[in-house]
Amino acid sequence: MTTITGSQSVISSLEHEGVDLIFGIPGGAILPAYDPLYSSPIRHILARHEQGAGHMAAGYAWATGRVGVCVATSGPGATNLVTPLADALMDSVPMVAITGQVPTHAVGNDAFQEAYTVGITMPATKHNYFVTDPDDIPTVIHQAFHLASSGRPGPVLIDLPKDVLNQETKWHAPQDLELPGYKPTLDGHPRRVKEAVEMLAASRRPVLYVGGGIIKSEASEALTRFAEITNIPVVTTLMGRGAIPDSHPLCLGMPGMHGNYTAITSMQKCDVLAAFGVRFDDRVTGDPDHFAVGAKIIHADVDPAEIGKVRAADIPIVADARRVLTQMIKAWGDRPPIANQEWLETIREWQTEYPLSYDQQPDGPIKPQFVIEELARITGGDAVLVAGVGQHQMWASQFWDFDRPRRWINSGGLGTMGFAVPAAIGAKAGMPDELVYAVDGDGCFQMTFQELITAAAHQVPVKVAVFNNGAHGMVKQWQKLFYGGRLSASLLNAEVVDYVKLAEGMGCIGLRAEVPEEVGPILEKSLAIDDRPVVVEMVVDPDEMVFPMVPAGGSNDNVILGPEPGD
Amino acid sequence: MTTFSHPPRHTLSLVVENRPGVLARVSSCLARRGFNIHSLAVGPTIDPGLSRITVVVESEKIEQVKKQLHKLINVIRIFELEPSMAVERETMLIRVAATGTARTEVIEVANIFKATVVDVGYNSLTFEVTGRPAKLNDLIELLRPFGVVELVKSGRIAIGRAAKSKPSRMRAVG
Ligand SMILES: Cc1ncc(C[n+]2csc(CCOP(=O)(O)OP(=O)(O)O)c2C)c(N)n1
Ligand SMILES: [Mg+2]
Repeated sequence: MTTITGSQSVISSLEHEGVDLIFGIPGGAILPAYDPLYSSPIRHILARHEQGAGHMAAGYAWATGRVGVCVATSGPGATNLVTPLADALMDSVPMVAITGQVPTHAVGNDAFQEAYTVGITMPATKHNYFVTDPDDIPTVIHQAFHLASSGRPGPVLIDLPKDVLNQETKWHAPQDLELPGYKPTLDGHPRRVKEAVEMLAASRRPVLYVGGGIIKSEASEALTRFAEITNIPVVTTLMGRGAIPDSHPLCLGMPGMHGNYTAITSMQKCDVLAAFGVRFDDRVTGDPDHFAVGAKIIHADVDPAEIGKVRAADIPIVADARRVLTQMIKAWGDRPPIANQEWLETIREWQTEYPLSYDQQPDGPIKPQFVIEELARITGGDAVLVAGVGQHQMWASQFWDFDRPRRWINSGGLGTMGFAVPAAIGAKAGMPDELVYAVDGDGCFQMTFQELITAAAHQVPVKVAVFNNGAHGMVKQWQKLFYGGRLSASLLNAEVVDYVKLAEGMGCIGLRAEVPEEVGPILEKSLAIDDRPVVVEMVVDPDEMVFPMVPAGGSNDNVILGPEPGD
Repeated sequence: MTTFSHPPRHTLSLVVENRPGVLARVSSCLARRGFNIHSLAVGPTIDPGLSRITVVVESEKIEQVKKQLHKLINVIRIFELEPSMAVERETMLIRVAATGTARTEVIEVANIFKATVVDVGYNSLTFEVTGRPAKLNDLIELLRPFGVVELVKSGRIAIGRAAKSKPSRMRAVG
């Protein structure tokens, strides 16, 4: 075995894990690691802000299903990663972050660019490491990838002091994981599975409540099959959109604060709620004391701490979503589908009575929902849709029909504004043959648009539709509904920004649509460009609000439907 | 005297990997989730690769506490020790104002509790005592009238009680 540096060991380890692409920004402490990277087949995308690098890694992970990797230097580089790490932890995104650190002898002395990265990121990661011996590098990196991608996935950070990167070591293929405290339970307990099947078979008004866990565990097929053999309708949370195709007759769409009436109400009125890969988030349940009060709960999740955290489960099952659904299919055997015709009819009535709606007048302002529908029509739905956080995110989730998993990327748990542009870049870099379209708010866009320079520089031709409503629209909506219309600090002075010029100044193409009939043609035009990123400014109705809505902490029995068309 | 009401206390015994930072992870996890630590003691075990953390947590949601702690990669096992099924001990060093005739009175009280004098000062006595947490609290109350100058308590440590008879053959349950 030849002697190499710690840095070379890091790069060899990444290659060993099959990494093809990383996102980062170099700096003093991590500089040694960038030297062997220069001659490595691993592609490096130079982000313009470490937050961007982190979200790019997340977008890559979402789109490809593989571990996203980001790199930053010590101190400010590492602290800039805190937001994407916290974001990835909330949304269970498999990610490995590598940070430089000041040399071990300087640690604790407030050295230049020293921050206590491991301490700062402890509550923002699934696990983190401070490496003091270069011989540990192969094992630590192997463990990090295993932790990030197994069980409930999440971000793992590795902090590497500069002297450790420079020291001599030998690279050896990691043998054993040596993680005595980490053994995720993947198979559901057979007795619980049997009980769950019996409870569902005896139910008359069952609902499957599924989320991000289905996407992470590649359980879509099993879910769809289980829904079909049992005839149980399915609601897909914001993180689980696409788990079963929206076009499927059993798919009821998104529940929650801005979910559709049918999805929300079917959960409220069901007799058995079978939850897979979800965590009873407050944005779904509303006031938990008034959530699905008459329902018995089956809750399957790979993270035991999620079961019973918000709502006690009548049948708790610790398991990977795909495995447990496969077990459920088997346990269901050749039973007939549930006799729930009456229930399905009631659901159909709700769907007819309370559809999602908006009112696009031909000579009125562009409705944001119309943009989403036009984009879906023009692309045939064949795109990876990425969203920021705010009203536009909700409209995207509501009005796009997702036909497959991994086609919808957004920040759910942390609700991180600025997520869309870098996440779209990560997704496109990982899936260059896919059309990746971000829909972003003007507020969100202004947090991370500089990453379009990264996209232009690295030939990652993403497309971004900026919904210009001149406001932090979601904040404005709350102020209109709950704060007497006092728009405190929610307006963005739209007149200041020229998005077309801004786009051109960053090496992108800039387009703009100001009236409804321009929307389609401009979107078509954006699709025709494939040699550089495109920014499409959509000047949308600043007064449009997202409905339905269940006010925060309210009961899901009280869905505010919004104005009737023509009001 | 003010009495503070607190959620029920639970004694958890954690077997953790003996690595730097593990204690910080445990306490950060508890703080992050809003669980109050009443006492905490950490020390080596017979296996040099493992440490033992005994933590008394105040929480209505002890199952959540255990599950969240279990998610820490360096935590290997967690036992909840029911007071009736465990031996629980604390050690206390207590300095009491004691001059003149009070000195003998203080020593008499201390003797009942098998507290031993570890330091004698011009106007104080310092005792060391080990026992059940309730016993230590009783002693504090009895010494309080004399004037407690300083008090130092170890965190609680605990060990499950061993079987008192030969275990019967395992029976299938349920
Ligand atoms: C980093 C961050 N800061 C603040 C917020 C609070 N917040 C939630 S939505 C929102 C407004 C988003 O505005 P915009 O991107 O224009 O989207 P819109 O609602 O107008 O569609 C704000 C400020 C947040 N989610 N994230
Ligand atoms: Mg806006």
